Amino acid sequence: MTMSLFTKCLAKSPWVYHVSCGSCNNCDIEILDVLTPRFDVERFGVLLAGSIRHADALLVAGAMNRKSIPRVKKLWEQVPKPCLVIAIGSCALGQGVFRGSYAMGEPVDKYLPVHAYVPGCPPKPEAIILGVVTALKALEGAK
Amino acid sequence: MTIETLLFDLFVLLVFPGLLFTAAMGMLASWIDRKLTARVQYRVGPPLFQPLYDFIKLLGKETIVPKGASKTIFLGAPLIGLSAVTLFSAMVGAAMIWPEYGFTGDLIVALYLLAMPSLAIIAGGAASRNPIASVGASREMKMMLGYELPILLAVCVVLLQTGGELRLGKIIHAQAVHQLTWPWVLATLLALFAMLLGMQAKLGLVPFDAAEAETEIMGGILVEYSGAPLAIFRLTKMMLLWAVPLFASALFLGGSFTSWKGALWALGGYVVFLVLITLIRNTNPRLRIQHAVGALWKLAGLCALAGILVAFLWR
Repeated sequence: MTMSLFTKCLAKSPWVYHVSCGSCNNCDIEILDVLTPRFDVERFGVLLAGSIRHADALLVAGAMNRKSIPRVKKLWEQVPKPCLVIAIGSCALGQGVFRGSYAMGEPVDKYLPVHAYVPGCPPKPEAIILGVVTALKALEGAK
Repeated sequence: MTIETLLFDLFVLLVFPGLLFTAAMGMLASWIDRKLTARVQYRVGPPLFQPLYDFIKLLGKETIVPKGASKTIFLGAPLIGLSAVTLFSAMVGAAMIWPEYGFTGDLIVALYLLAMPSLAIIAGGAASRNPIASVGASREMKMMLGYELPILLAVCVVLLQTGGELRLGKIIHAQAVHQLTWPWVLATLLALFAMLLGMQAKLGLVPFDAAEAETEIMGGILVEYSGAPLAIFRLTKMMLLWAVPLFASALFLGGSFTSWKGALWALGGYVVFLVLITLIRNTNPRLRIQHAVGALWKLAGLCALAGILVAFLWR
């Protein structure tokens, strides 16, 4: 009973934290655009979390180069569970054009449990919002 | 001290006008602030119960205490802040409804209680074992040095106007029945201006929110807080958003809930303060800590001093 009240409130108040795993910055710019007044995500309770400890959803962009791997793992340890992970952009999905490069590790979902994938290079802000909403619906449906 | 008075005191402290009532009104005030911010930015803004959703969500999240952090202070500081603001709002609310409920000197107790949430957040930030939190804590300390001065000078104006009354109920009554002579109005306006800037800093809002600058230092003081302690700190901030402007409208405008006229001044003054605080928050950049303290001492402090001069010369 309390679990479903908390889950409902988590779905109504997801604070997002932006993680870049060696991205080219385009997806980061689109994530920034999502948080501008034009798209008004505060309607859905979405706020940008300044600290990883305040995060409920990680917006992961970037192809996961080798330097990012230990840092992303550390971030995942630091975030208070439950936390959603949304992979943004084709690099986060399957490393895009950078697959097989000497500087790359594995795609994001080998290191983090991804709940939603948002394809695009970069995805439009509307697509990113749809990704977050899909992840929230999955959260409500699963629990 | 009978069992009835004890139960009544507990009711005043915990239900009305204490913890539960102030928490509810604080969430409403926080929503008004966010909604007004959204409208100013041509947005729609969050739904009415958004602060409540935030609070419940944070209660259900994992609480992580950083390794090497002082666990007692880290987890205890939010509770100290919450109890101080609960007591403060209970005292001020009770003085506005039942003026004989207080005691002589409860104004001074209220002012001390008002300092405690900031001290609690400083302690919590300092106990977080994080350099970012230390920076935030040191900035909050400097900010306290900054805003305590204009707030106390503004309260001195009230003391001069009421002839040295130290009892909240009597001060409110004296302010309510006072004639609107021009020295009184001038002194009150000067004191209100100083109090407005002091409140902005006390509530940790732009342009005086260097301590918790999200874009600069990742949440500042609260960077390591998660889960229930974070929920309690945020609730404390929301309760201050209700209690402090109400305190100002009681003290300077004579607002009280013993009469219709008093309630009009109390709630009308509160709404005006809240709107002003939100609009100032939305139209100003953040001041650097040295400029913030400078503005609080020079601009607000000198205004309050001028108010004291006017109130003293035409007492």
